[in-house]
Amino acid sequence: MKRLFSDTWTMTKRSLRHIVRSPDTIITVVAMPIALMLLFVYVFGGNFGHIFHTGPVRYVDFIVPGIVAMTVVSGIAYAAVRLSMDMQRGMVSRFRTMPIASSSILSGHAVSSLLSNLFSVFLVVLVGLLVGFRSHASVVEWLMFIALTALFTLATTWLAIMFGLLAKTVEGAGSFSYILLLLVFVSPGFTPTGSMSAPVRAFAEHQPITPIVDTMRSLLIYGHAGNSAWAAFAWSGGLLAVCYVASLWFFRARRAPMVVSQ
Amino acid sequence: MADAGPAIEVKGLRKSFGSNVVLDGIDFTVARGAVFCLLGPNGAGKTTVINILTTLLCADEGTATVNGFDVAKHEAEVRESISLTGQFAAVDYLLTGRENLVLIGELRHVTNPARTAEALLAQFGLNAAADRRTSTYSGGMRRKLDIALGLIGDPAIIFFDEPTAGLDPESRNMTWDTIKSLADAGKTIFLTTQYLEEADRLADKIAILSHGRIAAEGMPQALKRVLPQGQIELRFADQTQLAKAGRVLADRHPSRSESALSLTISTDGSVAQVNRLFSSLETAKVEVAEFAQKSPTLDDAFLQIINDRKGEP
Repeated sequence: MKRLFSDTWTMTKRSLRHIVRSPDTIITVVAMPIALMLLFVYVFGGNFGHIFHTGPVRYVDFIVPGIVAMTVVSGIAYAAVRLSMDMQRGMVSRFRTMPIASSSILSGHAVSSLLSNLFSVFLVVLVGLLVGFRSHASVVEWLMFIALTALFTLATTWLAIMFGLLAKTVEGAGSFSYILLLLVFVSPGFTPTGSMSAPVRAFAEHQPITPIVDTMRSLLIYGHAGNSAWAAFAWSGGLLAVCYVASLWFFRARRAPMVVSQ
Repeated sequence: MADAGPAIEVKGLRKSFGSNVVLDGIDFTVARGAVFCLLGPNGAGKTTVINILTTLLCADEGTATVNGFDVAKHEAEVRESISLTGQFAAVDYLLTGRENLVLIGELRHVTNPARTAEALLAQFGLNAAADRRTSTYSGGMRRKLDIALGLIGDPAIIFFDEPTAGLDPESRNMTWDTIKSLADAGKTIFLTTQYLEEADRLADKIAILSHGRIAAEGMPQALKRVLPQGQIELRFADQTQLAKAGRVLADRHPSRSESALSLTISTDGSVAQVNRLFSSLETAKVEVAEFAQKSPTLDDAFLQIINDRKGEP
């Protein structure tokens, strides 16, 4: 148990060093959501709010939760990429033949992904505040928002790790996050579901990203958790539990040689 | 358990990937302090053996113990006893050499990772490059660091999977010297290679792995006597000359190619023997159009050994 914590911390430090030494990964992650936010706010102006009937909510306030979700799903892909690189370069084989807590090989990437993504979200929200985003949330709602963002990040990170373990190439490991990105777009992240066509709307109202984005918005704009909060936490918690267990099971199974040729 | 019995003991090991049988029942024993070499061509199953012994892969059948511990049941104890230096230098490219060493030191829970790193940097002559990222290292420097990483925590048994593959001659010699000095220091070394020369230089005992089976096992000297030393290929101008030569050299069992108008004869590589060959052709007035000397490939060696085995009662 002691070894579990110290090894996970050692692995986390290593992975954080990778992130700090390749700052381009954070820049790539935050650039797109920030660019999109600026585009919506300055180029398309207030028209979107009018067209999509966001009601009394200003469009800049409306999209910040969607932008946050977008930041997270593009950021977590790097956990898969880093793990896949470790596998290709033989680092995973080296670690797996050492007397360490084997979960730490994966958890190190998970914890560093959590910390770096929270930092990315912080940058994105900061730019949001600069371009006019205003929140009615009190400290409690902000803390709940951070907790939900953290849980959502961890859950999607472990999903990324699972894909990273299964992927044959580094490129493949990173590409699955496009599916998640699509889910963010087909959610009330940027437009209310009311303005979508019927089949898309039916899908959008029942997919997991929707309650997460709704709850983030409710917390930030209305200052309360709203009706979707339990669904948001349940989806995230469930995904986290399933992906964590599946990843570790697959990792420890010793089924296939986990070395990819260079 | 430790320090008693052999370092590695493998019995009836089998492994298939789908319908592809990679290991078809292999047995061998590695004594403590020995350098054991598994020699075989690409795809013979060498890396699969290493993967099973280093707890990366489960065997389908058979047992394997490392340092007295069953690899299937006591992976934690096995991992305490070993280190693996894989086919490609497994070093962290974004960290410096020193950081790589400290990282592994922390994971191996050595008392003072920084001091361990310092000592290994000096031992492997990496002081000057210690604080550079390993992405700037040459292949030879990466291999040095890779081997140094494997020594942290003082494992009793060190696995090397094709340690000189892709290295330039200088780095290869350095790697050989390092492995030799580890052996002199009393480590048990398990090594795989495709090169007979490498096995011959380093190993106390060689096992030849071919198509998932141990084709031969023994001391390097004994094995070398079994292997063919070389071949001579003779080409002729026409069928008549070829037929004539075939008759003259019948007792040497040449392999004959009608289409290439050639005969291939095994030799022991000695000048005297080649001399006798040509003089017997000259005496019989056979005209040789061209000749070429061919070095045996490892595959030829395996075929020879396997054919020899078939002839045994």
